[in-house]
Amino acid sequence: MIITRVFNWLTDGDNWKDSHLNTGILTQLEAHIRFTGIALAVAILIALPLGMLIGHTGRGTWLVSAANAVRALPTVGVLVLLTVIIAPHFHGRTDTGYLIPTEIVLVLLAVPPILANTYAGIDNVSPAVRDAAAGMGMTGPQVLFQVELPCSLPLIFSGLRSATLQVIATATIASYVPLGGLGRFIYDGLAQQDYPQMIGGGVLVAALALTTDLIFATIQRYAVSRGITGRFPRGRPAVASEVQSAVLTGPEVSHA
Amino acid sequence: MISAAGTSSSSSPLHFIGYFMDHRHEDLGWLWSHTWLSVLPVVIGLAIALPLGWLARRHRFVYPPLISITGLLYTIPSIALFVMIPPILGLSSLDPIQVPIALTVYSVALLVRVVADGLASVPEETLQAASAIGYKDLGRFFKVELPIAVPVITAGVRVALVANVSIVAVAGTIGMSNLGQLFTTGFQLSTPTPYYPPIVLGIVLCVLLALVLDGLVLLLNRILVPWRRVAR
Repeated sequence: MIITRVFNWLTDGDNWKDSHLNTGILTQLEAHIRFTGIALAVAILIALPLGMLIGHTGRGTWLVSAANAVRALPTVGVLVLLTVIIAPHFHGRTDTGYLIPTEIVLVLLAVPPILANTYAGIDNVSPAVRDAAAGMGMTGPQVLFQVELPCSLPLIFSGLRSATLQVIATATIASYVPLGGLGRFIYDGLAQQDYPQMIGGGVLVAALALTTDLIFATIQRYAVSRGITGRFPRGRPAVASEVQSAVLTGPEVSHA
Repeated sequence: MISAAGTSSSSSPLHFIGYFMDHRHEDLGWLWSHTWLSVLPVVIGLAIALPLGWLARRHRFVYPPLISITGLLYTIPSIALFVMIPPILGLSSLDPIQVPIALTVYSVALLVRVVADGLASVPEETLQAASAIGYKDLGRFFKVELPIAVPVITAGVRVALVANVSIVAVAGTIGMSNLGQLFTTGFQLSTPTPYYPPIVLGIVLCVLLALVLDGLVLLLNRILVPWRRVAR
């Protein structure tokens, strides 16, 4: 049975540790998380302020549409193209030549969902709420940071989560160009016709994606104000607000 | 014919048209399999998502668990789903059918939510009016609720189609025959010096395919909701 062999591969302690022949699961997992973390940090630094600015001022919405158009590009193709262009300029034993094109692709993928959702979140804040904040004497930046940003957190989180999942998925394909990470087991298993290793790698990638999403869901639960989610400890059951139903991969958001 | 140098030895990125002409037969075959691999799963997915979405709309308690399960499925990265499907279904480890199955799973996961939300967007007064003029359960669903939900559903179908075109190319990296093969070919021919034509051709054909499919759904949407044009 192939499933028992996959289970054996996953539970074999030797596969988790580094040896002189193979890189272990723990090291590849660490590499995978590192690639993902770098790309997400850069994407957030670019997309979050930009999305807040566009949403607050209402100017430059074409940037959101332009970023969304990037989604039609085939990820593998762009990855291979950039690798072929950049990798020959790096020599030696480091993997910088493969890391740089991969990170560019990962950032390129992570920016559109974060940008579109941040913009949509801030743009969706009710004008009455904005007017009330201004009427209380809040300045522009105060309205943005103390009213609009907290109100749009559910949508921003959904953009962040979908960006994270795409980055984890694409970092797996980066093993094809070839870079470390959990995808190594999939492509090495394929090349060596070692199918338990290939399927085991797939299980590890899926587990990483599900765990990461669960962590983000937990953070979201505590970061978003109860006044917005309608989640109160006791009393009436939570009202599923309109904002919540647009969360996740809502197509109306991605075509904003 | 498949050999790299062939009749065209230029490695300029703009030479992708020449490359296409030289490898027309092979490239068109990949384009064709790429097309049906992108479209068929969405059609099957929609056929599965419609009754599920209807169920979620009809019985409110079905909605939360259904959305959680499909959300969970959508979380699994494509390449991981590709390799996990054969052992789960008892297929051989590299069965070509694993790709359409995985894509169908994604399409269902995306479209169930879209169908349920689309049906939920039908105003209550409309439903009452339809009941009042004599529509019963299924008749009301097919003749009133579904047509009104069409714009929301087609928006979801567009997202699913464009995503599929990109995901099918990923299946090319594990040896499935589609436009992703152009990237594999280009990558292999790029040692020691870059050889751009197949890679650029693959990107151009994928983007064109996504645009054409997207346009076709938009057109279908216009045909299916003629009242939108009248109202404008």
